Amino acid sequence: MNSVPISHILFVSTALFCIGMFGLFTRRNMITMLMSVELMLNSVNINFVAFNKYLYPGKLDGIFFTIFIITIAAAEAAVAIAIIINLYRSHQSIDVEDATEMKF
Amino acid sequence: MANYSYIPWIPLLPLICFVVLGIFGRKHIGNASGIIGTLSLAVSAVLSLIAADQYFFVDGKLNGVYQKITAFKYVWLEFAPNLSIDISIVLDPVSVMMLVVVTFVSLMVHLFSLGYMKGEERFATYYAFLSLFTFSMLGLVMAGNLFQVYMFWELVGVSSFLLIGYYFEKPSAVAASKKAFIVTRFADLGFLIGILIMAFYGKTLDISTLIQKLTAVQSAEYTGMATAGFLGVSVLTWGLTLVFVGGAGKSAMFPLHIWLPDAMEGPTPVSALIHAATMVVAGVYLVARLFPVYSIDAAALTVVTWTGAFSALLAAVIACTQTDIKRVLAYSTMSQIGYMMFALGVARQGGEEGLGYMASMFHLFTHAFFKSLLFLGAGAVIHMVHSNEMKDMGGLRKQMPVTHFAFLVGCMAIAGVPLLSGFFSKEEILLAAWHSNKLVYGVALFTAALTAFYMFRLYFSIFWNKDAQAHHADKHGEGTMSMKLPLIILSILAIGAGYIPFSHFITSDGSVLETHTDIVFSVAPVVLSLLAIALAASLYRKQNDKPDKIAKAFGGLYKAASRKFYMDELYLFITKKILFPFVGQPIAWIDRNIVDGLMNGLASATASVSAVIKGLQSGKVQAYALYFFGGVAALAVLFIYLWK
Repeated sequence: MNSVPISHILFVSTALFCIGMFGLFTRRNMITMLMSVELMLNSVNINFVAFNKYLYPGKLDGIFFTIFIITIAAAEAAVAIAIIINLYRSHQSIDVEDATEMKF
Repeated sequence: MANYSYIPWIPLLPLICFVVLGIFGRKHIGNASGIIGTLSLAVSAVLSLIAADQYFFVDGKLNGVYQKITAFKYVWLEFAPNLSIDISIVLDPVSVMMLVVVTFVSLMVHLFSLGYMKGEERFATYYAFLSLFTFSMLGLVMAGNLFQVYMFWELVGVSSFLLIGYYFEKPSAVAASKKAFIVTRFADLGFLIGILIMAFYGKTLDISTLIQKLTAVQSAEYTGMATAGFLGVSVLTWGLTLVFVGGAGKSAMFPLHIWLPDAMEGPTPVSALIHAATMVVAGVYLVARLFPVYSIDAAALTVVTWTGAFSALLAAVIACTQTDIKRVLAYSTMSQIGYMMFALGVARQGGEEGLGYMASMFHLFTHAFFKSLLFLGAGAVIHMVHSNEMKDMGGLRKQMPVTHFAFLVGCMAIAGVPLLSGFFSKEEILLAAWHSNKLVYGVALFTAALTAFYMFRLYFSIFWNKDAQAHHADKHGEGTMSMKLPLIILSILAIGAGYIPFSHFITSDGSVLETHTDIVFSVAPVVLSLLAIALAASLYRKQNDKPDKIAKAFGGLYKAASRKFYMDELYLFITKKILFPFVGQPIAWIDRNIVDGLMNGLASATASVSAVIKGLQSGKVQAYALYFFGGVAALAVLFIYLWK
């Protein structure tokens, strides 16, 4: 059962988080950026589940948090896509470089 | 206590009038504003006559002594128990007398102005300002609280400023209004400090409480004030002297008199009201209100006496040499107020000793009538001749019979010709001076003779001297009925006011003081006055060269007096050559470079910092995300590794 050590799972989640962060900073397409954010959220989810299982096997707190995060991520995706669609309507583009009016 | 609930309407009516005329006057009411102002003031005047009747003859007395009645009181700002700024209306013999004088003279001036100011473009504004002045003056005379006095004191200052500068197209009027305001403001600084000293040591701002506390034998407040000293003079003397400085500024006492002659730039009826009958006696009134306190401090009273006596003499000498008729009258006002001041100064509290107090108030009363009469008469003359200079006048007695008569009455009254009002009040003052200080009496006697001389110099120069000049005849005649009527009424009062048994009503302690006119005592002043009148008649009745010869004989003295003893030059020298370069400019430099510099430095530092950091707000979402992650990472490093 405990054949997989926690460090392996943490390695996966950290890698996932870094990939997500890299995508968020390097991609200009907003949909891709949104996907990157989802990746980061999922890496967090993995952490929650892993720590719940390895540190407090008798409790469910970490799993509840995971469910909350999935729910909120769904809602956030809906909002984000709505924003992106509106941005597309006004700018004819979903490139973040094209939407930089909000500055000094 | 009887019903005095109508009293607040006396000052409120002019206030309402001011607001209405001030807002709607020029656009909507126009020429009717004069009538509105006059009528509302007539109501006030009638109400104050009723109040005077009720107070003096019905219920003012308790056991033969006039009591103080508080008709209205509203505690406005309370700093500590007993130490509060109130708005109150207090009736006592002096305030009721002032109430009648102010409303009545103001009514006469309102009436006179109907004719005099006719056709002025800012007619409504003029009446609005007159109403404002009347309101403030009434508030001042009925005030029961020192701070209320101060507030209304400033208000009369403002309305005086507005009215002197009424012809604001004339640079000289603007300069005069500024001068009047600044000089009196300067004096008011002393007044304010005096009030604060009194309030600090007396622990109250209420006048009657203050008097009670300070005059009680060995009270804590009195001992505190008399023993605490500053520069070797007791705090009580300091406080009273500083309050007197405020009064001296308003009442044009030497050396703060320089604004009064210039204030004649205002319309003549205004000079009659403000700079002759009412506002300028505010200083006398102030000293009279606090008289019980002054009377326990001989040093302060000495200051009052000598300031008054010296001003009386100085002004009389200057008045002999002036050629502008309004300026002669202005100096004569200053001289007469000097009389009132030293009469207060030589008086003491109670009984026979209080003769000077009663004499001073009596003179204030009669002076208000004959001096406003003289000013209104001068106004009528100026209205006719369109000049203030004596040399443009002469021989006007035929063309202006009513004015001639009124002016003659006024001159005789002020000169102290027997049986006119000025005679009685001046006799009392001279008597009070004789009993207390022979030197002051000598100054007063000499001044009385000078007064008779310069007033009749004025009278003969205007109405006799040359023959009637042709260019007078084609003008609009003597003026409307509304201009003649006040002259006639005031003439009657200038003759009759002296027959009021004043000592039965207004004395230092509120009880009746029996006075007796001593025929022998009256001989010296009357003979001197008549001689002076005869001298004036011989010099000025017919045009001749004697006045010029006499002026030459006096040489330097005449020149100095005609230049007002170089007081204006002295003030200009002090301000322009000493105060501006050595005080004003360094302060201006500090203000510009240090105070402003600090603020400007702060602003430019903020601006340059924000110029540097505003590049961070690039509008790029990913850059923001990067800052955010960088910040989180930095905080993580801080809390995990560095913050132990």
